[in-house]
Amino acid sequence: MSIAKATAAPVSTLARLKCVKPTPEQIITFVTLSILFSVWFEVTRREIVPKMFVPSPADVWNGFVETLTVGYHGKNLIVHTLVSLARVLGGWSAACLLAIPLGLAMGQSTKIRAVFDYIIEFYRPLPPLAYYTLLVLWFGIGEFSKVLLLFLAAIPPLTIGAVEGVREVSPAVIQAARSLGATPRQVFLKIILPATTPMIITAMRISLGFAYTVLVAAEIVAATEGIGWVVWDASKFMRSDIIFVGIITMGITGIALDGCIRGVAKRLLRWKYV
Amino acid sequence: MSEATGRKNIAGEMQLKDVHISFEGKKILDGLSLTVKRNSFTCVCGPSGCGKTTIMNILAGYQKPDSGLCTFNGTPVEGPSPDRLTVFQENTLFQWMSVWDNILFGPKLQGKDMRKSAEQATALLEMTGLTGFEGKYPAQLSGGMQRRAELIRALINEPQILLLDEPFRGLDAMTRGLMQEYFLKVFETSDITMLLITSELDEAIYMGDSVYLLTAIPTKTKKIMPVPLPRPRLLEHQTCVEFAQVQTEAFETMEEEALKSFELMPS
Repeated sequence: MSIAKATAAPVSTLARLKCVKPTPEQIITFVTLSILFSVWFEVTRREIVPKMFVPSPADVWNGFVETLTVGYHGKNLIVHTLVSLARVLGGWSAACLLAIPLGLAMGQSTKIRAVFDYIIEFYRPLPPLAYYTLLVLWFGIGEFSKVLLLFLAAIPPLTIGAVEGVREVSPAVIQAARSLGATPRQVFLKIILPATTPMIITAMRISLGFAYTVLVAAEIVAATEGIGWVVWDASKFMRSDIIFVGIITMGITGIALDGCIRGVAKRLLRWKYV
Repeated sequence: MSEATGRKNIAGEMQLKDVHISFEGKKILDGLSLTVKRNSFTCVCGPSGCGKTTIMNILAGYQKPDSGLCTFNGTPVEGPSPDRLTVFQENTLFQWMSVWDNILFGPKLQGKDMRKSAEQATALLEMTGLTGFEGKYPAQLSGGMQRRAELIRALINEPQILLLDEPFRGLDAMTRGLMQEYFLKVFETSDITMLLITSELDEAIYMGDSVYLLTAIPTKTKKIMPVPLPRPRLLEHQTCVEFAQVQTEAFETMEEEALKSFELMPS
């Protein structure tokens, strides 16, 4: 292990050097974004589309300043964002804690899979709003039903990812470990768990995205705060600038969260990215 | 080699007696008998799809025959054991561990003296030319190097018998030749027993003391051919008269079975 660490050091310095000089792909991304921004700027400057539908970059900037200083409906943009993040991360973390072990168990036992497979497969394609009404009916309009909705939306990608991850572990690798003296417990901890980690991390990223897409739906019903609610509420007052502010905030936090998972993944999966 | 693994007198005799096994109603092995003498190099050769991997699974203890006996040093095989290690046709190195951790996986789990095991590992790495690669992950090694790492991972456990399930499959001709030399070196400089399952007749004759020719499915022994070549085996043995004689006889025997297995293949 110590040798592996020693060889990894120069690689990361190399990667840092690469960041200094942009790759052609980075230049392409930058140019694309610049063009998009310029089009947005020009379209609004010449008022080709009414301001009510597409606000100008300046309007959106003012919207940011306004929501960050005065706030929106009495609450700062940061507060709205944190409230939403707490809901998303709460639901998603709970889903990870439950669904990853469940998926790993389902992947190893056809009997456990027989119990849960059809339940998950049945509700997975349902639009979250369809069963959200039921959740509200059962658990009220409070915080619990919101987080529960996000939790439920986050589960299927996790179980599917874990099950597939386990299925993809080569039987020969497990047999080799058994021959070398591994007990079933050691096979799980030292072989199946690390072998499925890449798949599980991908599943976690997809799952977080799922929870995110359900956020606005969760915050439509009886909310007074949250970034999804801000977008929903602003639409009722034709405040397209605030809608843009909300959407951009969601986009950026989404990218940031995904970046965090990818950062952790890179550390955990050094063996895969060598 | 014996210094590297520290082995002394070991057994390593394996026997299959009248083994039958079916899978999904289809007969795979039909009364197969096989004897691997201790400290011998036995090769098993059969047409494609003749249940070679099933034989391996039974010998390693991953699978139980429907009827018949599988014994190791005279006692029935109950499950996998570090005394009977398999080198598989696919890469089974643990991708998330360095080469070093892969090699020491067995000794660690078996609670062996790690200082001694580390010394053995160093000697084995040296012997197979992998010194300096112990900190790499398997994905960083070439195909031939991965095979050698796998061989070391097995050897360090001092198995009595090595079960080789087409371990050279998918390697290019040059690497294949080199790997054959490594395995011969290990065999000829120690008292380990080896069983090689392969679909290459030339390889079986070049490496083995005896070659079992199998029939197409349902599989039993068609012919047992002793190989009258001296040890250590050298490359030039492949061009000598004795080699050619065994080869011709084996090819004639196998042609018939190969045709049968061709007809049995789902089209």
